[in-house]
Amino acid sequence: MKALTVEDVSMIFTVPGGEPVHALQNINLRLEPGELVSVLGPSGCGKTTLLNIVAGFLSPTSGRILLEDQEHKEPDADVGVISEVKGPGADRGMVFQQGALFEWMSVEKNVAFGPDVAGKPKKQTQEVVKNLLETVGLKDFAKKPVYQLSGGMQQRVALARCLANDPEVILMDEPLGALDALTREKMQGLMLQLWKKTAKTIILITHSVEEALFLGERLIVMAPRPGRIEKEYRLPFADQGLTQSPRDIKASPEFIEKREEILSMIWEMEEEIMGRAEA
Amino acid sequence: MSDRNSPSSLMIWLGLADNSFTRQKTVKFGDASAVNSGRAYGIITVLLLLVLWWISTSFGWIKPIYWPSFGAVFSRLNQLMVEGFRNVELWEHVSISVYRVLSGVFYGAIVGVPLGLSMGLSSVARGMFDPIVEFIRPIPPLALIPLIILWFGIDEFAKIFLLFLASLFIMTIAARAGVNSVRISKVHAAYSLGASKLQVLTRVILPNALPEMFTGLRTAMGVCWGTVVAAELVAADKGVGSMIMIAKNFLQTDTVVIGIIIIGLIGFGIEILMRIIEAKLVPWRGKG
Repeated sequence: MKALTVEDVSMIFTVPGGEPVHALQNINLRLEPGELVSVLGPSGCGKTTLLNIVAGFLSPTSGRILLEDQEHKEPDADVGVISEVKGPGADRGMVFQQGALFEWMSVEKNVAFGPDVAGKPKKQTQEVVKNLLETVGLKDFAKKPVYQLSGGMQQRVALARCLANDPEVILMDEPLGALDALTREKMQGLMLQLWKKTAKTIILITHSVEEALFLGERLIVMAPRPGRIEKEYRLPFADQGLTQSPRDIKASPEFIEKREEILSMIWEMEEEIMGRAEA
Repeated sequence: MSDRNSPSSLMIWLGLADNSFTRQKTVKFGDASAVNSGRAYGIITVLLLLVLWWISTSFGWIKPIYWPSFGAVFSRLNQLMVEGFRNVELWEHVSISVYRVLSGVFYGAIVGVPLGLSMGLSSVARGMFDPIVEFIRPIPPLALIPLIILWFGIDEFAKIFLLFLASLFIMTIAARAGVNSVRISKVHAAYSLGASKLQVLTRVILPNALPEMFTGLRTAMGVCWGTVVAAELVAADKGVGSMIMIAKNFLQTDTVVIGIIIIGLIGFGIEILMRIIEAKLVPWRGKG
């Protein structure tokens, strides 16, 4: 298992003929192995940019992304072997909002993509794929082309595809954003189970306050212009979700209080952006 | 589901009655999906045209030199099937034209697809080939015939080269459009699943570009079929185009009409065949 560190990351986009945009300013963040951190913020706060930097699709203007292998210690040190992220790699899996499945492949081929490109033995991959499809409840759909599946089922394929590669860190960019409200709630339960079962380190980007509260052990609220971390919460709900029903948790006074607090914070940020735009 | 007033399936097939779903729509004018096939009227139109043909020629309203009679066309068709045209069998005229189209498109695809892919993937290739492609693309292939005759004469190679040029740029542009249509999230997903550049190309970009390439192939077939007939009109001793051109010199209007019908049928057949192959080979078209 690896810990993930975002070290003083800043990102400045320069559009030709425009002013430089400070998408991210001095972001510092650390995820211990097995932690699930949800990231919330108004549109334009740079949360997707941050995820793309961690995934290695963008290189930051300054700062570094580090992975620390805690199972292998550096000689004469307490910390594990540290490596810097330079580009995309199989150690960081992605789950996108939608449309990132390979529609020319069947469900099982999609899930097997990672092991296949890595040249893993077919027998072993088959076993992994079969187990994962069972876990996400799609074992009868293995041979189907993915485009015949509903939106919720497609996102379950995307989760399975990511897990088949056994990444150190999973990066989710609004994975449930395109689903209808009911499917979304069901998927949240599934994600919670998968997370506990696999003990993966996860960054979850979402625009749903409820989802961020329910799934995150920690919740980070980002603010725009420049994109920065505004506030951080430690949350009990993800742990409760393993024993209690999601509906009960979401209806609890504690949950509602937090939800309203965060909603009004984001609301104010949005107001400020609008006001500034009008002025 | 069946109520007493529901029309028979024959009436629905003929388009004389709407299907059960459309019958329940109250807004039909302006809803294109509520316009049924109108097949009955299509059949009537074709029959009327045939009757008009038969009457107008058998009453001598039109001289046979302008438009042949029904019977003349059939007996000529029979003669062409048995004896051929100018010592060349009818099927050979047809097959040589089809062969030219297929080889032209084949070579066009062999060269055009890698060219288009490279233009979509590398700025060097894009910069090098873009001026050439953009310049030659709007030139109708027929305008190149004089130059090609000067270079290569009028033998088989010249014709296939013309068709090669006609399909080359269509295939290049189709392959480039295919690469450009790849959603970046798919490419990102592949890289973060550990794929190498080569694997991204073969397992993501190529299959993703395949539907576009098929559209290109279909367009190229259509354009080449038009071009081959025109090219044969100019210079050839075999092929459907040359057949009708030579027949004209002998005032054999019936052969000309037969040739035109064959050209139409084969053009239509190519289109249908390509659609069937496409549905079989790239069923994921538009489903991403």
